[in-house]
Formats: sequence, structure tokens, C-alpha cells
Amino acid sequence: MKATKTRAVRIRAVRTPGGLSLRFDVRAFGVVVALLLAAFAASVVLVGTGDFPIGAGDVVRTLAGDGDAGQKFIVNELRLPRALVGLLVGAALGLGGALFQSISRNPLGSPDVLGLGQGATAGALAVIVLFSGNAGAVALGALVGGLGTGLAIYVLAWKRGVHGYRLVLVGIGISAIVTAVNGYLITKADLVDAARAVVWMTGSLNGRDWEQVWPLLGLSVVLVPLVLGHARGLRMIEMGDDVSYALGVRVERVRLLLMVAAVLLTASATAAAGPVSFVALTAPQLARRLSRSPGPNLVPSLCMGATLLVVADWVSQRAFGADQLPVGVVTGVLGGVYLLWLLVTERKAGRI
Amino acid sequence: MSDAAPERKVQDKNDKRSTVNRLSAESVTLAYDQRVIAEQLSVEIPDNSFTVIVGPNACGKSTLLRALSRMLKPSQGRVLLDGQVIQSMPAKKVARTLGLLPQSSIAPEGITVGDLVGRGRYPHQGLLRQWSTEDERVVQESMESTGVAELADRYVDELSGGQRQRVWIAMALAQQTPLLLLDEPTTFLDIQHQIDVLDLCAELHEEQGRTLVAVLHDLNHAARYATHLIALRGGEVIAEGAPGEIVTAGLVEEVFGLRCQVISDPETGTPLVVPAARKARAVGVAAATEGS
Repeated sequence: MKATKTRAVRIRAVRTPGGLSLRFDVRAFGVVVALLLAAFAASVVLVGTGDFPIGAGDVVRTLAGDGDAGQKFIVNELRLPRALVGLLVGAALGLGGALFQSISRNPLGSPDVLGLGQGATAGALAVIVLFSGNAGAVALGALVGGLGTGLAIYVLAWKRGVHGYRLVLVGIGISAIVTAVNGYLITKADLVDAARAVVWMTGSLNGRDWEQVWPLLGLSVVLVPLVLGHARGLRMIEMGDDVSYALGVRVERVRLLLMVAAVLLTASATAAAGPVSFVALTAPQLARRLSRSPGPNLVPSLCMGATLLVVADWVSQRAFGADQLPVGVVTGVLGGVYLLWLLVTERKAGRI
Repeated sequence: MSDAAPERKVQDKNDKRSTVNRLSAESVTLAYDQRVIAEQLSVEIPDNSFTVIVGPNACGKSTLLRALSRMLKPSQGRVLLDGQVIQSMPAKKVARTLGLLPQSSIAPEGITVGDLVGRGRYPHQGLLRQWSTEDERVVQESMESTGVAELADRYVDELSGGQRQRVWIAMALAQQTPLLLLDEPTTFLDIQHQIDVLDLCAELHEEQGRTLVAVLHDLNHAARYATHLIALRGGEVIAEGAPGEIVTAGLVEEVFGLRCQVISDPETGTPLVVPAARKARAVGVAAATEGS
């Protein structure tokens, strides 16, 4: 196996004598490694944070199987699932956002703006307000709401292929309708249900346990390889439908498959943690600016989403005490400020 | 034309594959939704030709090119590539035989020239064969033959219109297809870059033996560069053949509704269309109205 340097210094190809070749972007690869390390570090610190603080060393030791019984209980039963849900939700939102932004060729074409989050919220609210369902039913309602919204957007935006602006505009329209429905559902609710609905709507990781981890993990194990397998086609679609058709990409098929995957990822993340705002919009933009690589940047976005969410959860616990501030508030502030800072500095450097 | 027709029939009966050109449209009806652009249109692209399709606006030139490149599925009839219905062939297989440079293409944000040209290798790649030495060689060659090799590390959005068009052509070349279709490759370019791009096309045709099909607006460019010309009007082929044989004042008037003189191009000897002066045209129109 040898590594060859191609014209552009940053793209390398690894080739085997058998004729296999893989190409990767050195910088994007570095960004992914750095983000994974950051996500791991943040998760360890997050697991150690709470009413009974545990040192990072003890956390790692307990995760590896050592540690005393008390620490084992706190880490494995209480805090690890929460951190895992955070990682998975962040990863799903980051990947779903990157897919949507790439398909619509527009940073605004992310699930937050298209109303998928609101759609999932409507599903959850309907279950809470109309049926007073339990947590499982609420999650299912959110999933159904998200999928239904995704389907509605696709059907309404479909006209010989989904096009960027059309998708964004239809999404904004749907988002407005669903938001109105959500408002109506809350005003209809009695006091107990309304309180429960508002708590759900703020989007938080409080009280998440293994019950939320497994479905998310299962879905990710299926969807992530499927999505990454079509990433090369998606890179081509960014150059326009005609060019990618000419290159032999089955454009409609790839796009439909990836949109379904993105809707599933977003809806299930929302079902698990409530509508955590801004991650799907910010993570791909941040990832792209760090990797400085053209294309959908799927893996960097996934890692960025996971890191962003766990760091945000830690910040919210650290700054405001456990279970005080929902993580969605912090992701909005952190991600938004960082994105603005990046845009301002890039503006100064002459790039957009 | 009249004596070629019976010969064609005999050939059809004997063996379709060996006599028919690689790319052809057989009595296709082309329509967008309910709007019919062409009916029962048949076109053969002669192998190893530089075919140029000309005609007035909205005559169906680009639509025909879209059908030939399977972007548009004919509502009737069929487009054949190497004897097979093009829609029934695997997408990547078509993409290794027939390339298209469309009018609308988007350079992804922050992409370098080398990276963009490299994307033309997509139909030759797979999940486990992402970037072979062959890919690298072909990309380098494509950039050299289009004169953009020294721009390899520049960002595409920094380039001028002419350079950018060369880069897109390089991408289509990297696809290494024996057939290459170009939809108005000179639009939005100034005269120097128009000639530049057409020279490049002629080079690709003559030196690399590719079959080129281009839609062009400028009849004089078409007459100078094409080896085979197809004149369309209202979705019908009015004439086809070598420019020297078919471009006459009568044809230009029939296809474009323009009175003109056709003289010999002092540079190349190909037909050169010189529109009649405004006054002469006015007299002509008056005469024509009187006559009817």
C-alpha cells in the first residue's frame, strides 16, 4: 500500500496493488479526528458532571469496567445514556442537516427551516394534548409528525425533481402552518398537559436513558452506511442535475433515498430529545468551514453535530446547574455565535 | 437525398448494427409536459463527425440534444446508442460512452479546477475504486489539452468566463467518452473566447477522433467548424449535410426567415452568411407581399 500525493496537496489517494483505491481529503480527515476526540473528551467531562462530580480519570476507568459500585451506577445507568443520546441526536441532526443543505444547495434548506422540527413537535403535542399518551407514545407521535411533514414537503415541492428554492419556500410555508397548529394545540390543552408540552418543546436531554439510546443507535447503524454509500453521487448532484445525469448518477433515485434518510434521522432525533434548535443548520456550516472542502462534508457534519450537542449540554449543566437550562437554548446561542464569528472573520479575509 | 433513401432501406433490412451510426434518434416525439416541441423527428449523428445543430430560437435544438443525451425521454420513438435504447442502458455505462456539457452547471463553492475536472471520472469509479493512477493521468491530460493545467489549484469561482468554460470542457473530457455533446458551449463568451472554445472542439474532433455534437447559435461559426450540419425549424429537420453543400441563401431564408447572401469565407472557403442590408430586405418584403 502506498500513499500518493496528487496535484492538490490536500487530497491523497491510498492504493493497493489489487487496484483498489480510496481518496481522502487530508484536512477533512484531520477535522474528523479532532472532532471525534473533542466529542469523546466532552462526553467524559459531561458524564463526570452533576450533583456527584466524578473525575475524568474515574469516568474512563468506570467506562472500561473498573470503578466502585456507586460510580458504576451513576455512570452506566444515569449519565452515560444521556451522553450517548446527546451524541446520537447531535450526529443525526448534523448528518440530516448536511444532507438537506446539499440537496437544496442552500444553507437555509436545513430541517429547522423546513419545518421538520415543528412537524415532529406537532406529532408529539397531538399525542400529549389529545391522548395524554406516555413518553413512548409521544416519541412515536414525534416520529410520525416528522415523517408526515417530510412527505408533505416532498410531494408539494416535487416537480420533475426537487429544486433548491422550491424546497426551501415550500418548507417555510409548511413550517408556518405547523407552527400555527402547535399554537392551537397548546391553547386547547389543560394545564397539566400544556406544562408537559412546553417542557417537551424546549428540547432537552434531561432524564434520557437507554430506552432512547437503542432505537437511535439501531437507526444510525442502518442509515449512516447507506447515506455514506451514496455520498459520491450527492457530490455530483451539487453540480446540477444535468451534469450529474451526464456523469451517470441516477439523480432522482439518489436524492429521494437521501431525503428519506435525512427525514428519518431528523425525526428520530427530535423524537428522542425534542426539537433541539440550530444544530442541523449550524453543524454542516461549521464543518465545511473547518474542513475547507467542497462537497456535502457528511462525516465532518455528523461529528460536528455530535460534538456541538454534547458540549452544549455540558455548558448548560455547568453554567446553570443540572437540569436547569434545556440544551436546545445553548446550542442556539453557542452555534449561532460561532457561526456569526466565522462569517465575520471570513468576510474580513475577503471570502464569503 | 433521393437516391440515398432506397440504399438506406436495404441496409436496414440486412444488418442494423454495422451500418447504423452509434447515436441516432428514431422518429421521436419530444415534449415537455403537454407542450410538444418536435414530432416524428429522426436524426443520425455520423460517427467521427463534428455535427452542429442550428436553427432559430425555440426550434428544438437544445431539446433534441437533451433527448440524444437521455436527459429527456421521448414520449414516442426512441434514441439509440450503439443499437440499444438509451433509457434501458445502465446509467454509468451510458456515461462512459456519451458525455454532455449542459448549459446550466454549478461549480460547488470553494472547489478547485483540478477537483472539478476530477469529478468527470465518476462513471469510471466505484466505492472501492475512488482515485486510480489512471484517473490521475486522464485528469492531467484533460487539463493539458484544454490549457487549464496551470490553473489546477485555483478556485473555479476566481476564473474568467472563458477559462471556466474550458474547465467544464476538461471535466467532460475526463469522462473519456467517444461521443461528446455540447449545449451552446459559446454562450456568454466574448468573440475571442468563442473562437477559442470552437478551436478546442475542432482539435478534439480532429486529433482525438471524438464524435462531437454541438448546438450553436452563430450560423457562421457552425458553417466554419462543423463537418456535418443539421438545420432545424419548428422541430423538423430542414436540411442536413456538409455545410459547403447545404448552406445556401435559400436555406437560410427558409430556416431563419432572413434574406442574405452566402459568400465564400475568405479564410477557410466555407460558406459565410452575410445578411442583406436593411433597405434591401425591406424591398424584398414589399416584393414578396405584392407577389402573394
